[in-house]
Amino acid sequence: MKAAVIVFPGSNCDRDLQVALKRAGADVQMIWHKDTELPAGIDLVAVPGGFSFGDYLRCGAIAANSPICRSLIKHVERGGYALGICNGFQVLTETGLLPGALRRNAGLKYICKPVQLRVEACESDYLVGYEAGQEVTVPIAHHDGNYYVDDAKLAQLQGEGRIAFSYVDNPNGSVADIAGVVSKNRRVLGMMPHPERMAEPSHGGTDGKAMFDGLMSQMALA
Amino acid sequence: MKARVHVMLKTGVLDPQGEAVRHALGALGFDGVEGVRQGKVIELDLAEGTTEATVKEMCEKLLANTVIESYTIELG
Repeated sequence: MKAAVIVFPGSNCDRDLQVALKRAGADVQMIWHKDTELPAGIDLVAVPGGFSFGDYLRCGAIAANSPICRSLIKHVERGGYALGICNGFQVLTETGLLPGALRRNAGLKYICKPVQLRVEACESDYLVGYEAGQEVTVPIAHHDGNYYVDDAKLAQLQGEGRIAFSYVDNPNGSVADIAGVVSKNRRVLGMMPHPERMAEPSHGGTDGKAMFDGLMSQMALA
Repeated sequence: MKARVHVMLKTGVLDPQGEAVRHALGALGFDGVEGVRQGKVIELDLAEGTTEATVKEMCEKLLANTVIESYTIELG
């Protein structure tokens, strides 16, 4: 699998994501936000966590309009895979590639701690390493992770099985405890928790590793 | 010319910052504050002749996230 990790000014989980993807066996290239084209043959574009452009205007809003994101949108329209973690999830909602928006946490506090997630019954190549209903521990680290969709969109996401992860104990006020969602074609995943920070024993756990390994195994079949 | 864009969370979208301000006003002894909504104001210096339609396009593409926010435009 060939993966590209986009780097914005203010990204700070880009190298963690690079390491997690490499350890899963991917060939990873780091791509600067001012580049206008993704390298040829990229399977997965990964948008990392951090504070792109200082969270100015809205989290992810400036990044979503950067030159490389026009190329990212085309990549997804061609059926390519995209993964957005934390700020990357905010960027993907701002581009419109994923539904909803991330609001300020209900408790107004930045929260940085491991949380329990439930893997939902969502058919996606990102989740083949998990069982539906499995509970995993993955850290969150965000101030604006309070997911919002309106009632009609929520019903659609639930009906189509597009909720990938939910919080066992909702830390931030997200609608329906949602921690991550996939696109209609299931190739775009956005999530606030950080699987790349729980991907080897020295991180204190490996529950995030199954996502990268599972995705790699599906790519190998393709 | 100048334009002023007001961006607010849509009605029905919980505004935790507004709620915190409402509680703080109550704690200061201001009774009867039944709701607070916090938004932002963006002032634009524009070339003469810029149309409201252009400013609207700026709002739709960047200045507001219309999933959760509404906006109003003042020209002049």
